[in-house]
Amino acid sequence: MIWFAVLAGSLGCYLEKLLGYFLPRSVLENEGVRRVAGLLPVALLAALVAVQTFAVGQTLVIDARLAGLAAAVIALVLRAPFLVVVVVAAVTAAALRATGIGT
Amino acid sequence: MSSSDLHPSHRRRITSGAVGIGLATGAYGLSFGAISVASGLTALQTQTLSLLMFTGGSQFALVGVLGAGGGAVAAILTAWLLGARNGMYALSMAPTLQVTGLRRLAAAELTIDESTAMALAHPDPPDAARHAFWRTGLSVYVLWNLGTLLGALGAAAIGDPATLGLDAAIPAAFIALLWPRLVDRTMWAVALAGAAVALALTPVLRPGLPVLAAGLVALIAAMLMGRRP
Repeated sequence: MIWFAVLAGSLGCYLEKLLGYFLPRSVLENEGVRRVAGLLPVALLAALVAVQTFAVGQTLVIDARLAGLAAAVIALVLRAPFLVVVVVAAVTAAALRATGIGT
Repeated sequence: MSSSDLHPSHRRRITSGAVGIGLATGAYGLSFGAISVASGLTALQTQTLSLLMFTGGSQFALVGVLGAGGGAVAAILTAWLLGARNGMYALSMAPTLQVTGLRRLAAAELTIDESTAMALAHPDPPDAARHAFWRTGLSVYVLWNLGTLLGALGAAAIGDPATLGLDAAIPAAFIALLWPRLVDRTMWAVALAGAAVALALTPVLRPGLPVLAAGLVALIAAMLMGRRP
C-alpha cells in the first residue's frame, strides 16, 4: 500500500508538472485558476500543521508536539533556516519528554 | 543552445546562487529523509519519492498522511493537490525554456519552487533565466536526493522517533513551508480556516480526509474573492 502511494503519488505529481508545458498559456491568465493555485497550498499546509500537531489517529490531544511547534514559530520569526526550524522543534519536544514534562 | 549573450560573470553568479539554494535544500532533504522513515516508510521508498516525485511539500504531505494512518488514497490526493502549483510554474516557464522532446521531460521534473523562482529572478537576458532554471533544478535535484539518503539512513539507524522528537519535526516542517506564504490577511484567514476545518473534522473523518476537506476552504475563499470587486 505504501509503494502504491509512493508510485501513484509520484506519477501524478510528475504529470502535473509536464501538463504545464503542453497547456496554452491563457490558463495562467485565468484569474480563478491563479487564485485557487495560490490559496490551495496555504489551506492544505495549515491543515497539515494543525493535524500533525494535535491528532493521534482521530483523537485530538495536547502533547510535546505543541511545544515543538511553538519553538518552530519562534525560530521562523527569528528567520532561522529550514533545518534549524525543524531541529529546534524536535529538540524541544524530545527535551520535554526526557524531563518527563511532556508525553 | 547559444549562450553568447550571457556574460561569464553573470553566468558564474547565477551558478553560485544555484549551488547555495541546492545546499539549503539538501539540508531540508535531510529532514525529509528522517521524517519519512520515522513515519514508517523504508529508506528505499523514501528515496524513490525524492527521485521521482521531487517536490518537497507533496513528499512531506504524502508521508505525513501515511504516517498518521490516513491511507494511500488520501495521501496521494493530498500530494497531488499540493503539487498542482508546479503545473502553474511549468506554464510560466514554458515560453522561456522553449523545450521539446527529452529536454521537455527533464525540464518538467525539475519544475519546482526553487528553479522557477531563480529563473524569474534572472529574467534578462533569456539565457540567464534558462541557465538559472537548469542550474538550480539540477543542483537541488542532486543535493535534495543526497540529503534524503543521509536523513533516511540516519533515522533508520536510530530507534523510536518520539524519543528524538521527530514527530514534532513534522508539523515544524509544514509550518516552515507555510510561513513564507502568509504574506497578507487573506492568507492568514485561509490558513486559520483550513486548520480549524481540519481539526473540527478529525474526530469524525478517517485520518487524511480532514486535510483534504481543508482544501475546500481554498476553493470557497477563491470564489468569495472572485465576487468581491
